[in-house]
Amino acid sequence: MSSKADQILQEKNVIMKEAIGIDYDIFEQEGVAFDYERMMRESGYTIEELQEIQAHFFVGNTPIIELYNLTKLARKYAKPGYGARIMIKDEATNPSGSFKARRASVSVYEAKRLGYKGILTATSGNYGAAVASLAAKEGLDCIVVQETYDSRHVGQPEIVEKARACEAYGAEVFQLSVGPELFSTFLKLLKDTGYFNASLYSPFGIAGVETLGYEIATDCREKYGKDPEAVVITNAGGGNLTGTARGLIKAGAIDTRIVAASVDLSGLHMASDTAFNRKSFTTGHTGFGVPFSTNPDRSDVPRSAARPLRYIDEYYTVTQGDVFFMTEALANLEGLERGPAGNTSLAVAFALAQEMKEDEIILVQETEYTGAGKHINPQLSFARENGIEVKFGNPEEQVPGESIILPENAGLIKATPLDVDRMRKSYLKNLRPKMEGRELSELERTFLKEELKVDDEKLETLLNGDA
Amino acid sequence: MIKKDTWVRIHGIVLEPSERSANVPEDTAKVPLEFWTKGWLLNDAEIGDEVTIRTACGREETGNLLEANPMYELNYGKLVPELIEIGPKLRRILEEENE
Repeated sequence: MSSKADQILQEKNVIMKEAIGIDYDIFEQEGVAFDYERMMRESGYTIEELQEIQAHFFVGNTPIIELYNLTKLARKYAKPGYGARIMIKDEATNPSGSFKARRASVSVYEAKRLGYKGILTATSGNYGAAVASLAAKEGLDCIVVQETYDSRHVGQPEIVEKARACEAYGAEVFQLSVGPELFSTFLKLLKDTGYFNASLYSPFGIAGVETLGYEIATDCREKYGKDPEAVVITNAGGGNLTGTARGLIKAGAIDTRIVAASVDLSGLHMASDTAFNRKSFTTGHTGFGVPFSTNPDRSDVPRSAARPLRYIDEYYTVTQGDVFFMTEALANLEGLERGPAGNTSLAVAFALAQEMKEDEIILVQETEYTGAGKHINPQLSFARENGIEVKFGNPEEQVPGESIILPENAGLIKATPLDVDRMRKSYLKNLRPKMEGRELSELERTFLKEELKVDDEKLETLLNGDA
Repeated sequence: MIKKDTWVRIHGIVLEPSERSANVPEDTAKVPLEFWTKGWLLNDAEIGDEVTIRTACGREETGNLLEANPMYELNYGKLVPELIEIGPKLRRILEEENE
């Protein structure tokens, strides 16, 4: 079916080629396979080049803060000798207040280098403010397209705040009501303006995060004499995880466990008008984290550079109540008032630390700024106004979209494992139409093993499991 | 009357319900896809008129005039009493450990 909204989608590849300067066709290999590393190499940058670009923008080199009191609290619930040291990389100290400045830096640099007049991005998150802030520094025009309101014209407080931030940096914020046609609207604006597409999923958008992982390894070695045993990364579109993991690997930290974390919003439809304001998290949740992992190429570019299943060792969810609780704990026990979205991985780290030895390090790789709208109090009061029950209790009993349960005590914060093999199967299922009725070539098998971080035997099991 | 060159907010319809993508959920399919943006008014107009504005990036956009000198109405919300209980409770637990 070709509705008015879908017509422009047929021009997607042409518009994207113009707006990003990458010919994705050259990376295609055969069947389902494409050369991911070649794409990252040829369109990306080396760590040294990235550091240079980010130094120009004063992005990165954020401090790692050891959370002594949260560690002590976690040890209250751990058996003797257990309770790893919890650390957090204070990415809120970047210009525009989040790690997204790293991703934006490369896109803005690239847009300027290629002579574009302006830069366009589709995001309801911190990335908009990051692009707007660096575009301001480089004298580029900027448009941020965001999904903001439901059909009652009620705006999600967190997104309304992000619009304000983008406008503070001089950007135009083009706001929309709920719906996936945001993408066709974005394409039309790209076509009309001829601006650069600061996609979150281009090699630039991912390469910019590699410095984050790299800094974690080098800073930890310098200060603690080793790599952290685990790094916890909030996962939504997959770019944060992919970039951080790649940076860790580039620094040689190959034994560090890559732990993905998302807020459990299961049961809420992401494109639903009525569910839109019944969630208190607009990102970092399972509604993005799972589909973008199992079908990375659903993004706005022909081949996404964000491919989290290549790197994930473990994946956990926590509840909205857990994250709000941890945000309050971070402010009250560590003196760090930060936004809630960045604390999803902190809640997971708090739970996992209890299963790790005292001399081990578990590191949360981001924080984000906070302010009216994107602060836990307005988020919770907004939830209440929208008929969500907010109370103390056991977070396990929450129903996303109906209740938010703040843990009665910190010991009730649990990291619930997601079945990564199931996600791998789901990834393969999404590719099935392209693989059916033929033998996979050796090249395709190698590609799939890398995509899913599995060996031959495991790939075989996944392919034949429950076909 | 809103004067030309005033900073305003406009609103319009991108897609009527009948024009929406086939894959949107039922509740979303029933309502139009709407847009909002801000800019400087190109001609004098009244609230509700169809107007053209020049946006922050110099682009022209047409829609219905919604408000002049739009303000940010976001705030820190009504106090959520449960939240302020968390800090003191956690500090007590940590102090107990020190005793």
